[in-house]
Amino acid sequence: MATAPPAVRADGIVKRYGPTLALDGVRLEVAAGEAHALVGRNGAGKSTLVSVLTGMHRPDSGTVAFSGEPAPAFGDTSAWRARVACVYQKLMIVPDLTVAENLFLNRFTGGGAINWRRLRARARELLAAYGVAVDPAARAKDLGVEQRQFVEIARALSFGARLIILDEPTARLDAGGIDRLFAKLRELQRQGVAFLFISHHLQEVYELCDTVTVFRDARHILTAPVSGLPKEDLVEAMTGEGAARAGAAGGGAAEEPSVAAIPGQAVRAAAAPAADGAGAEPVLRARELAVAGAYGPLDLAVRAGEIVGLAGAAASGNTAIGETLVGMRAPDDGAVEVRGAAVRTGSVPHALEAGIGYVPEDRHQQGLVPGRSVAENATLTVADQLGPYGTVLPSRTRRFAQRMIESLDIKTSGPGQDVDGLSGGNQQKVVIARALARDPGVLVAIKPTAGVDVKSKDALLGVVRRVAESGSGAVIVSDELDDLRVCDRVLALFHGRVVAEFGGGWTDRELVAAMEGIEPGHRERADHAGRPDRDRPGRPDQSDEPDEPDQPEKGQEA
Amino acid sequence: MTGPTSTARPAAATEGTAAVEKKPQLQLGGLEIDLGRWRDFSLVPVIFVLGVIGFIVSPAFLTSDNLIGVVQQSTELGLLVLAQALILISGRMDLSLESTIGVAPVIALWLVLPAEGGRFTGIELLPSGTSIFLCLLVGAVIGLFNGFLILKLRVNGFIATLGMLVMLRGLHEGITGGKSIIEVPESFAYLGKESWLGVPAAVYVCLGLYAIGGLMLGYLRHGRALYAIGGNPEAARAAGIRVDRITWIVLAIGGMLAAFAGVLYTGHYGSVSAGQGKDMIFQVFAAAVIGGISLRGGRGTLFGALTGVLTLQLVINVMTLAGVPAEWTKFLNGAIIIVALVVSRFVSGEKQD
Repeated sequence: MATAPPAVRADGIVKRYGPTLALDGVRLEVAAGEAHALVGRNGAGKSTLVSVLTGMHRPDSGTVAFSGEPAPAFGDTSAWRARVACVYQKLMIVPDLTVAENLFLNRFTGGGAINWRRLRARARELLAAYGVAVDPAARAKDLGVEQRQFVEIARALSFGARLIILDEPTARLDAGGIDRLFAKLRELQRQGVAFLFISHHLQEVYELCDTVTVFRDARHILTAPVSGLPKEDLVEAMTGEGAARAGAAGGGAAEEPSVAAIPGQAVRAAAAPAADGAGAEPVLRARELAVAGAYGPLDLAVRAGEIVGLAGAAASGNTAIGETLVGMRAPDDGAVEVRGAAVRTGSVPHALEAGIGYVPEDRHQQGLVPGRSVAENATLTVADQLGPYGTVLPSRTRRFAQRMIESLDIKTSGPGQDVDGLSGGNQQKVVIARALARDPGVLVAIKPTAGVDVKSKDALLGVVRRVAESGSGAVIVSDELDDLRVCDRVLALFHGRVVAEFGGGWTDRELVAAMEGIEPGHRERADHAGRPDRDRPGRPDQSDEPDEPDQPEKGQEA
Repeated sequence: MTGPTSTARPAAATEGTAAVEKKPQLQLGGLEIDLGRWRDFSLVPVIFVLGVIGFIVSPAFLTSDNLIGVVQQSTELGLLVLAQALILISGRMDLSLESTIGVAPVIALWLVLPAEGGRFTGIELLPSGTSIFLCLLVGAVIGLFNGFLILKLRVNGFIATLGMLVMLRGLHEGITGGKSIIEVPESFAYLGKESWLGVPAAVYVCLGLYAIGGLMLGYLRHGRALYAIGGNPEAARAAGIRVDRITWIVLAIGGMLAAFAGVLYTGHYGSVSAGQGKDMIFQVFAAAVIGGISLRGGRGTLFGALTGVLTLQLVINVMTLAGVPAEWTKFLNGAIIIVALVVSRFVSGEKQD
């Protein structure tokens, strides 16, 4: 294998969009059968390189070669597809067609009618060849996320591609799914398939990849074997600043001193005293809260100054709990109280009024209004405080937003900037600004750092920490260990029940085991050792339900 | 093929990030940021150019009679566009507006006109002084019913309001027996036919409503909420905005505005014909689209919509004066929609990166 030409070799790639230099003479080489990680902060040029490598964009200069041969002509889609394929975060299969149809979309052989029986047989063969256990007659939309990814990978391989680019493939998988994905990738690697793995999860890079390449500010920074590279050095390469001087040198005065480049550690240390000094009065209390099919009766108390983590894989119900607390979902049973006063459940306006701030799971879906300004997005929850008699005064909006921009260190050209133009981390800060705008007594954040780079991640978690330190409570719903590390207390959920509670000082292994349903110190339960989540029961009903709470209170708003 | 467009996204995002970094340039010119706002005025030069062309084409163009005719005709269309713009901004659409403009006056008149004597017999249930109020009420009820279909029964808004369009047109023809109503009460016709200071009263009313609408969208929190709802309803809901309720109110207001357009229309022509408002919805969309109202919601201003209306009417007027037969107006309207769509596609396409 050592003599085989590299699966892809890109040299001196320059790509500019208008005045912006997106790639500045970068290079990348992925050996055959190698798992190669490409990391970098948002805006480092990873996505642009992917579009160049997949033939979607033509580079301004530079060369790309696959397996030693120069890349096909720009626009020759089928030739590109025979060499490289990209599995995006957003899956590119047709949900209403069967797996077999998706696999052979637009290449049904034979001139005349489609022979369905043969098509399915061929699909079955193809899936079996790559060891993907999916029924070719199933509709693509009925598959779980990981199965869909497998189908996409199988499709890519069937075109003859020996290089698969995976763009954040684990973003929507739970831990079990990630393991299965990685096992599959390793298996394919042994068959000589090379992977270019793009991820924000450095842990996964270490787990899966042989080599890592770091981009920063459109430039190639380093390529090194993963095994010999300490995590701190990797982070340093990504952020461009040493871990030690992160606070001092980084963004000047706006940087939180407690935020270091290693997520969690330093933040956690700073957190401890605050938690000790917290009062005993719970700011948020949930009693016997339950949503049928999502999670069972839950009692939860969050004290002032405390951050409580709700850890759990995708189907554990932790997201549903978060959504119930903020009023996005109506519980079937139970009550929510803020500082002892009952909150009307299932109504976001009431929850907001009671002082519950909400950072939704997906900033594109529930967080941001595209095409509107930073100011407008940040003040969406406080529109009633920006002027008398239901008016919204632009000057006050701007001032309010400016304050938020400063206190959260949002990198923007000003309150008037369109949110679409911000990087992921800064967009997420806008979403958090929106939640903090009302000075909430409790902040409920669902996966607050999803899809943001390492540095923004620390800043965001630092913000949550500060909120708690100022006397509010906070709930972080996440399956990210880095998110949970800032918590004072972590409840691990599995299949809708709290299976374990941790104070400080848990180990990754303990918590992951609990999230996977392996209760520490208890008997292991065979029935959910393997696959906690296939079809994500928490998701589908989300869209059907939302407007119900709106109707009974018609005409109440002044 | 959706492939290329969706895969182009990551690149666009990268670029957006980079755009943040060229701070000095953006801060240097306050103008730079304001460029987006100037987009609303992009039709102003077009209107000016149309005026010049009109002046060259026919001496009759720059006469007060002609110009007043143009603005008066713009008022009825303008109110429908105002209604549609509000609905489009909140991410919905209402095709039935073009039937509301006819059926609302018909029902109002049917309720107030005497049961015998006239060509059209009503039921004289209520005094004729209430006719305008009744008309607006009918419009609101139609809007509320649309809201019920779209928001409660969750049926597709396009088809639901298309069904309503046909149904209401049928109701209109059923009540009138396909005939025109010519006995219009004085109070009902007043606004549509009266002139104040030489300019039709309808023009003042229409401009006033646009101003109120514009101020609401810009400076009231419920107005601003429309942009949030149209831009991303889920985000609006997560921010505590009562999405369904506000959308419902907007649909009702839309129906009322269409009914009010019916009042002006009826007053203007002195009667309600069986086809009042027929095919107007295409002009409404044409004006809204060239006025920069996004069909996907969350984008556009009422000022833009108003310039859209004027542009459309001027094009038609100039064409008429140039001797293009009236039969060709439809062709022009269609062509204008297509051109506007293509132009706005490219304008917004550029804006995305």
